[in-house]
Amino acid sequence: MTAPAGSDVRSATAGLPARADRRGGSGGSPPRDSALLAALQTVRDPELDEPITSLGFVTSCTVSAAGDAEVRLRLPTYFCAPNFAFLMVADAYDAVSALPGVRRTEVVLEEHFASDAINGGVAAHAGFARSFDGEAVGELHGLRADFLRKAVMAGTDQVCRPLLDAGTDPARLLEMTLGELPPSSPLRRLRQRRAELGLPAGDDAPLVIDPATGARVTAGGAPLHLRRARTTRISLEANGSICRGMLRRRYDTPGLGEEEQ
Amino acid sequence: MYEKNGEKYFVVDGHMHYWNAAPDNWVPGAEQYAKGWIECFHAYMGLGPPETHWSLEHFQKYSEDDLMKDVFEDGHVDIAVFQPTYLLEWYKEGFNTTERNALMGERHPGRFVYNTRWDPRDGDEGLKTLRRNVERFGSKGCKLYTAEWNNGSRGYKLTDPGAYRYLELCQELGIKNIHVHKGPTIWPLDKDAFDVSDVDHVATDFPDLNFIVEHVGLPRIEDFCFMATQEPNVYAGLAVVIGGLMYARPRFFAKVMGELLFWVGEDKMLFGSDYAIWEPKWQVEGFVDWEMPDSEEFADYPRLTTTGKKKILGLNAARLYDIEVPAEFRLPAGAGTPAAQDDAALVERT
Repeated sequence: MTAPAGSDVRSATAGLPARADRRGGSGGSPPRDSALLAALQTVRDPELDEPITSLGFVTSCTVSAAGDAEVRLRLPTYFCAPNFAFLMVADAYDAVSALPGVRRTEVVLEEHFASDAINGGVAAHAGFARSFDGEAVGELHGLRADFLRKAVMAGTDQVCRPLLDAGTDPARLLEMTLGELPPSSPLRRLRQRRAELGLPAGDDAPLVIDPATGARVTAGGAPLHLRRARTTRISLEANGSICRGMLRRRYDTPGLGEEEQ
Repeated sequence: MYEKNGEKYFVVDGHMHYWNAAPDNWVPGAEQYAKGWIECFHAYMGLGPPETHWSLEHFQKYSEDDLMKDVFEDGHVDIAVFQPTYLLEWYKEGFNTTERNALMGERHPGRFVYNTRWDPRDGDEGLKTLRRNVERFGSKGCKLYTAEWNNGSRGYKLTDPGAYRYLELCQELGIKNIHVHKGPTIWPLDKDAFDVSDVDHVATDFPDLNFIVEHVGLPRIEDFCFMATQEPNVYAGLAVVIGGLMYARPRFFAKVMGELLFWVGEDKMLFGSDYAIWEPKWQVEGFVDWEMPDSEEFADYPRLTTTGKKKILGLNAARLYDIEVPAEFRLPAGAGTPAAQDDAALVERT
């Protein structure tokens, strides 16, 4: 059970020994189902960098009068990668159990080849390696951080592409700071991902940085960096479109909070 | 062959299958995996045009006649490359083995290339089997499915020590082409199963082998592209890109094609229908008709010419597999060399 290396990569149930102190409300009235859904909107598919709600992965979320919450999740295929599936179930568990008034949380991933290992492992707070005993060596912090770095690359294109299209010189982008840009949802998202990685995200932080080191990208490296950012974004978006297509083939009803791409 | 607007295309289907995934072939106790696998494949078929969809029952087990009609008679394919996938923990006789493919193919001489496979976890026995398969079937290529479950392990990397013995034997036996197909599981499971950095390593260590990364590394297209620019012997297998995106998500298809043309280049891209997931007919016809959209969003992507389409649909694969291309389908002098490796220094030049 190792902590995320030197960053504040969001902790999941994967790797945390005890959770009594992380429970949500101590008493009080239970939250509404809509509050559960709002909490689930903060949970992302780490591979696609999109909320599990808008992807259509949430089939139901309910909470009883006694504060027992139940969430049911589904994925585009029976064989979606088990490590990412585990992170989504664990993060959903964390997000819901942190709500005031929730006494007990159950998250059920349906119709997946590793449903039993994942659902049982998350419920028992066992972490990934113990949930897949003998098949995994470590926890998933490294994997999560790798994909957050991809999200930063993709987000860099989302923020920079409109500027480039409007004629901004790539060299000028390198001089810019985050605070110089008008507020936008892609910018908010980029800042958030960078903050999660422990990378500079304040107003005075450079717009274009290397997500591995946090260093400002230099003039010589800029064309390749921006080109890679674009490819990363297209890869993520193309994957997302295939996942959406596969989910629709598998289930013909929309998920809670699902949004068309 | 396919002819359109006076242009003739020699079509090599670089990735296709002849499987039996019907319940009679499911391993007792592993039925849920055998069923889950084929249902997942069947859902992929759903990304193609509705009129090409099959019932699940037909999809589980299609006949030799179906294949010959769909691929050759209707599908415009001249030569098809069988890419076996064993999955012996789930399917009693394997999902589609080298033997099953060859037994069927020998009734149709000249139509098929028989690739075989190996799994580094099979140790010395597997090396013997590989040697025997090459002798029996004349295999010049191997298909590796790195997510295969084998005796408690859920997958492997090409950099695992055992894999090097197999790659060395491939060179010794005259195998030229290694098709790498990544899937969702690996050992250990906490690593990214789709990571292609192991292909990067072995491509450097085995410069005489060609590494064709199937479905262009999807869902890691970006990692694949960056890697392929640096390795002259790495190629892009287009299975799933055409089948999964061209009809269902044309805008993303254009963008992914644009990225591949930019980073990898038309000499290094190979058509594969992934039959029976998708029939080749609509893919070949649609691809020949396809053009990069004319809007601003796609303005700086390379265009794909008729010459490029001829390379991708068959001439590149023909070169990798030493398939004789009839004169009428060849490129005119000066139109470039299919499957040329010298485009790989793109990054350094940028």
